[in-house]
Amino acid sequence: MTRRTRRKMTNGVFLALSLVATMAGLACLAAILWTLVSNGIAGMSWHLFTQMTPPPGGQGGLLNALYGSAVMTLLGILIGSPIGVLAGTYLAEYGRDSRLSVTIRFINDVLLSAPSIIIGLFVYEIVVVRIGHFSAFAGALSLAVLAIPVTLRTTEDMLNLVPLGMKDSSAALGAYPWRTILSVLYPAARSGIVTGLLLAIARISGETAPLLFTALNNQFWSTDLNAPMANLPVVIFQFALSPYKDWQDLAWAGALIITVTILVLSISARVLLALLEAERGSGR
Amino acid sequence: MAIIDPGHAAKQLIYERVFRSATLAAAILVLLILGGVFVSLLRGAWPALAHFGFSFVTREIWNPVTDEYGALAPIYGTVVTSVIAMLIAVPAGFGIALFLTELCPPLLKRPIGVAVELLAAVPSIIFGIWGLFVLAPVLQRHVQPWLIEHVGHLPVVGPLFKGPPFGIGILTAGVVLAIMVLPFIAATMRDVFDTVPPMLKESGYGLGATTWEVMWNVVVPHSRVGIVGGIMLGLGRALGETMAVTFVIGNAHRISSSILAPGTTISSSIANEFTEAVGDLYTSSLIALGLLLFLITFTVIAAAQAMLRRLERRGFAVA
Repeated sequence: MTRRTRRKMTNGVFLALSLVATMAGLACLAAILWTLVSNGIAGMSWHLFTQMTPPPGGQGGLLNALYGSAVMTLLGILIGSPIGVLAGTYLAEYGRDSRLSVTIRFINDVLLSAPSIIIGLFVYEIVVVRIGHFSAFAGALSLAVLAIPVTLRTTEDMLNLVPLGMKDSSAALGAYPWRTILSVLYPAARSGIVTGLLLAIARISGETAPLLFTALNNQFWSTDLNAPMANLPVVIFQFALSPYKDWQDLAWAGALIITVTILVLSISARVLLALLEAERGSGR
Repeated sequence: MAIIDPGHAAKQLIYERVFRSATLAAAILVLLILGGVFVSLLRGAWPALAHFGFSFVTREIWNPVTDEYGALAPIYGTVVTSVIAMLIAVPAGFGIALFLTELCPPLLKRPIGVAVELLAAVPSIIFGIWGLFVLAPVLQRHVQPWLIEHVGHLPVVGPLFKGPPFGIGILTAGVVLAIMVLPFIAATMRDVFDTVPPMLKESGYGLGATTWEVMWNVVVPHSRVGIVGGIMLGLGRALGETMAVTFVIGNAHRISSSILAPGTTISSSIANEFTEAVGDLYTSSLIALGLLLFLITFTVIAAAQAMLRRLERRGFAVA
């Protein structure tokens, strides 16, 4: 074999392997989605949205879990995102390259990939142990802590994308930075910041580990924020590992609901970003 | 001629101070959270650490009845599952990044990139039930018997593949983790490869190099730091991943020589036992596991970020 053919063959083999790797990655995504749809569709019915989680062996739905997940996710975003947006504003507009900002940026990136179970233990230590019992509020708080790094990151990035001229014009009119930020920068970066919020909701609505030690679970309907509250991820965890067929079916249905929600959120965030880029590209 | 109202100007200045302080407070809160995590975990773990001392990390025993706890089995499980995950995910992620930067038709580049990123958005509990009900039976029926028969009696690596095919266990957890961290590694590598100046690659092609030779001899050396950073970011995820592993690892507090056997990891021990733990020492030992995990992942992620930051200064945005 000549050197030339050997080199060509090596090239062909590795490029073929890279194609195989890509196909395998896509196949995993397809396999997971297919499993969810084929198992979840069987459990889809109106009962899911009208009945409570059943006792072992009984019929029921996921109403309390859906409600609990919605409440805690919403509360988590309401607490976490203002902090994330404000902190991102500080880094982009006030702190910039000061030593404090560099440190905070670094710590934030670490928090962004930190295991969520650690955050659950943290909130357990500072809230659940103090109060003495599990509560929906503690669950929301742990989700808020997870939402902060995501919103901080996108806010800072998006504010940095606003053209300098807009900021300078506002300053030239005599506006203080706070006015410029609220009346010029935030509106200009609005869709970017909303993208960050969508990504944060997508991130926290599927979180299970931190809720295990904070909100726990509740078999019954509860709107009390100071009591344990049912939520979709923990219900899926418990029901999927149970030996009861009814519970497992509910777990699959819940898994389908949660995944579809999260994929829709992630895709909308991407579409929003693409629209934003197109807008910029058209020279606006 | 504008008339400056002194009252208005003073009010503006107050608003400015208030707003600035609010943003500063929010930014400092991020620091406080990380500090708070460390302090509260240390406080929660203190009874166990004081009771067991350094032997906490060197003993395999985990017995709630006699109230004796050692972290060696969870540490072992965490490390081994993550190593398996990286052995699979790093070459596969490299392949995907290579495909996306060099081979993929431009029309498909975006859809495939998005699909890979969507895999990263799937929550970990979904990987868990998929792993338990779909992947584990497949491994049990087709892959593990083959491994036992053909690799199990080889010298050196043989003992790793001995014993009955349980389906669930260390190997299955490693495979699920590999699929979960694959998108992170692939996306980071792709972004790093995209920063290689086209001129460098063109020079390689100009000398008559094949696509693979340009990749291996030009792109990879140029983006070494970023590649390692991306791998460590993936490793950080794998070490701390909880729910997916909890479903498929089998939860056995022991160290087996075989990777087909059930085991446990730090995070899955906490997730499984925390709400059922009775007794202060038991709870405290679990929090001590959490502290260990925090220290390990913090080191790995911080190192990864530091590496990627070195690249950022060369004009690369960290994903």
